[in-house]
Amino acid sequence: MTAVPADSASQGLRILKRPKAETGLWSWVTTTDHKKIGVMYFLATMFFFVVAGIEALLLRVQLAVPDNNFLSPDLYNQLYTMHGVTMVFFVGIPLGAAFFNYIMPLQIGARDVAFPRLNAFSFWVFVAAGVFMYSGVLLNGLPNGGWFNYAPLSTTVGPDPSGYTLGGGSAELASQVHMGRMLLYSVGLQIAGIATLAAAVNFIVTILNMRAPGMTLMRMPIFVWMTLIVAFLLLFALPVIGIALWQLLFDVRFGAGFFNPSVGGDPMLWEHMFWLFGHPEVYILILPAFGIISEIIPTFSRKPIFGYTAMVFAGIAIGFLGWGVWAHHMFATGMGPVANTAFGLTTMTIAVPTGVKIFNWIGTMWGGKLRLTTPMLFAIGTVAMFTIGGLSGVTHAVVPTNYQQTDSYYVVAHFHYVLFGGLVFGAIGGFYYWYPKVTGRLMNETLGKINFWTLIVGFNLTFGLMHFLGLWGMPRRIDTYASGFGWDTLNLIITVGAFIIAGSILLLVINMAVSVRRGKLAGDDPWDARTLEWMTSSPPKHYNFREIPQISARDELWHRKHAVTEDGAYIRVPAGGAGLVVDHDHESDIHMPDPSFYPALSAVGMPIMGWALFTSGAAMIVMLAVGSIITVGSLFAWAFEPSAEEGH
Amino acid sequence: MLGLVAAGCATNGLPQSAMDPAGPVARTEDQLWDLVFWIAVAVFVLVQGLILYAVFKFRDRGGDDIPKQVAGNTRLEVIWTIIPTLILVGIAVPTVQTIFELARAPGDEALEVRVVGKQYWWAFEYLGDEGQGVITATELHIPTNRPVALQMQALSATQPDPGPDADPAVGEPVSNGVIHSFWVPRLAGKQDAVAGHTRLLTIEADEPGTYPGQCAEFCGLSHARMRFSVIAHEPAEFERWIADQAKPAQPANDGLVAQGQELFSSQQCISCHAIQGYEAAAGQAADVRIGPNLTHFASRQTFAGGFLDVDDPEQLKAWLRDPPGIKPGAQMPNLGLSDQQIEALSAYLYSLE
Repeated sequence: MTAVPADSASQGLRILKRPKAETGLWSWVTTTDHKKIGVMYFLATMFFFVVAGIEALLLRVQLAVPDNNFLSPDLYNQLYTMHGVTMVFFVGIPLGAAFFNYIMPLQIGARDVAFPRLNAFSFWVFVAAGVFMYSGVLLNGLPNGGWFNYAPLSTTVGPDPSGYTLGGGSAELASQVHMGRMLLYSVGLQIAGIATLAAAVNFIVTILNMRAPGMTLMRMPIFVWMTLIVAFLLLFALPVIGIALWQLLFDVRFGAGFFNPSVGGDPMLWEHMFWLFGHPEVYILILPAFGIISEIIPTFSRKPIFGYTAMVFAGIAIGFLGWGVWAHHMFATGMGPVANTAFGLTTMTIAVPTGVKIFNWIGTMWGGKLRLTTPMLFAIGTVAMFTIGGLSGVTHAVVPTNYQQTDSYYVVAHFHYVLFGGLVFGAIGGFYYWYPKVTGRLMNETLGKINFWTLIVGFNLTFGLMHFLGLWGMPRRIDTYASGFGWDTLNLIITVGAFIIAGSILLLVINMAVSVRRGKLAGDDPWDARTLEWMTSSPPKHYNFREIPQISARDELWHRKHAVTEDGAYIRVPAGGAGLVVDHDHESDIHMPDPSFYPALSAVGMPIMGWALFTSGAAMIVMLAVGSIITVGSLFAWAFEPSAEEGH
Repeated sequence: MLGLVAAGCATNGLPQSAMDPAGPVARTEDQLWDLVFWIAVAVFVLVQGLILYAVFKFRDRGGDDIPKQVAGNTRLEVIWTIIPTLILVGIAVPTVQTIFELARAPGDEALEVRVVGKQYWWAFEYLGDEGQGVITATELHIPTNRPVALQMQALSATQPDPGPDADPAVGEPVSNGVIHSFWVPRLAGKQDAVAGHTRLLTIEADEPGTYPGQCAEFCGLSHARMRFSVIAHEPAEFERWIADQAKPAQPANDGLVAQGQELFSSQQCISCHAIQGYEAAAGQAADVRIGPNLTHFASRQTFAGGFLDVDDPEQLKAWLRDPPGIKPGAQMPNLGLSDQQIEALSAYLYSLE
């Protein structure tokens, strides 16, 4: 990334000079390095994770005792909505992007992703979406219709049609407050969707085109396979929610009535559209974690993944079947017995590939030599906790019992076992596992183990007990409850559990922060791992590998570290032996894309266009014009800017 | 742990527990739950057992030996694909049977009730000759051992209910209200009420009693305060109840009550609340269907969406003083009533037995 004087390359449209900074703030804003972008995704995701976690704690304080008035209903609804929206769109999805960005190119032996500037664009647009979404704290408040945001509560009716509560007696004022919050939801998620869609295209092209020579599809690490499946799911799912969000926007802002039965619309349409996106979304969130633990378990079992082919095809099957189950979120809406039967049965079939995965992870551990390090503990925890979520999922597929369970705390328990027990446990395992690769230092193992065990306790205390609350009749999304239903003690314990989780996450954050400087030096391959990312330095140079490795097997690194004896057993090759080349070479003349101002700049225009919808008349036109000039102008300038300066 | 789970699933005496069914619909659902629950417990024990076994048995205990690099086992993998499939088929068969069984329309003997969900309360309208035009709010009275066929709609909280005979096919307007869900766990699982549609649910209670329920689909600010209950009576007792409800209101002849009655029409109440048989001095009748029907207000146990007690006069007075302050999002405005007016109005309401 040697800076080149601006006048030496004069072709194309030059509005802004090439950024030169290699350190400091601007080097991060303008970077196109997948590793830096991955780190930024990680930091932004952790920020939103903490925000959404604090939101959850506030909800739990309100629900700790019956008839509590710690939060007003309006505030409670905003906080529970934003907890869900943030965890799904600003933690779950970008957390996947963080791992994909940093790890996937290293695992396939690529120098970067296929479209480095598009990658930066994805990240900055995602940040813009988060800023726009949370700008509600300075406007009329945050979205308050739940992450599912069912119409017509979210559109033409709103939570307070007469305005005695939200409008101080004015229905018009209340409807303006309502409209503002729904604009944040519809436009904010639309912007987030653009970011994710661009990232999905980028990952697909990267995986299909930029693998190191010899790395056939069936030699790719399972994590890369899961990245590919998730990217395809995103590619197909985001247009669905994109259209639904436009419909919502037009109902809210322009009174269109897609979901309003009094003008021929139908509230059921939103539910179908939302879940047609929303269910694949569940797999979008969980498959990255499946990929992560499929890397961790073989490494610490000292065995290859059991049933690689089955693991790959089970992942594909889950992604595929995930499109045929959306209406299992709607069994109680009155779709009729035929539709309920169909979606109940398709939902049950998903249990089969999921079960295959669980048994194959156990099969990987079976007969191995397990090192119970912190990443391994989290990976095993993921398998154990996700199994519980999977089993409660099967009880949901039994439609008649679903009539009782749906919209109760039983469902809250279920999907937290899937998303917290699966995604969060898996991701934390991934943090511990790849932290030494990213920073060059190991996280503290003792703290890590305390982190794991407190999280297991807090997690099960919190979400395990919610099963009972649901079965005992406590609905979701209620801001308060009366005494006398048998819910009081459980709710109090659950709140305690939530604070144990918070303490455990605090330990994780402390461990990460302290280990950056104080952690043990990791070296290139601290875990004695099996895949390519451990063949280069920790942290890797910006070009990843000095020479792109030639791949001859799955678990390439493991094969380079071992030789086969005459009787077929593997023996360890002495360090530095056969074919193990580690890059510690000096700066070379490897061709890498240059940084650019335009990806970040193009993101700036998007929330401006979104805020325009809060105004009307000339102000709206001016804001729309300014926003689109910034965004479209940046895209044009970017198109005419060479990806790397000449002479590089 | 398992004992705890089993104990949790066999709790009696919890008023809103789906695990303690009190009628055939909820019992059918609960029986299916018992089946799938124990299968899930068995799989849980198996999987967690295998994990724990593997962790203890195959721990690294030192040494340089490299474990055998087993990449898979086709026979095993086929087995653990087929066995779960068979288990699921075993669950699927009774599931599908039960779906259709529960969807079957009840016979002619069923009592038909129209259920209307509004922000944030439920109205119940008894249909047919037997119903005699009775409309209640937040309390659904039913006879025991007889199916009750509910026809559910979600309507606007601020617009009049067009009634059971409104027909959109001939151009009559369709009311647009948010989605609610009718859930009385001891009697049946949920059924959503969706604007523009009429949704059906059958419930039935074995024994007389009060079965609490609440809205289970998020509907806005007072979703948590959209409670209701189903009150089951012996059939003869139910007949008496509905005959009483069908009679017009007969307010006591009392100075304060008369004053309250007068206020009812002068203070906008009449523009939203129906009181059967009520006729104001100016001659206008209270028959509008926006807010709850108050004809026999004093015969109810709860009001304001089922979370305030009729028995407690202070709650009624607090409500009349500032409805949205007590129940956020309530569509009844703060009318700025004086203490004296509140006394009179509550005296009038308490006389509506």
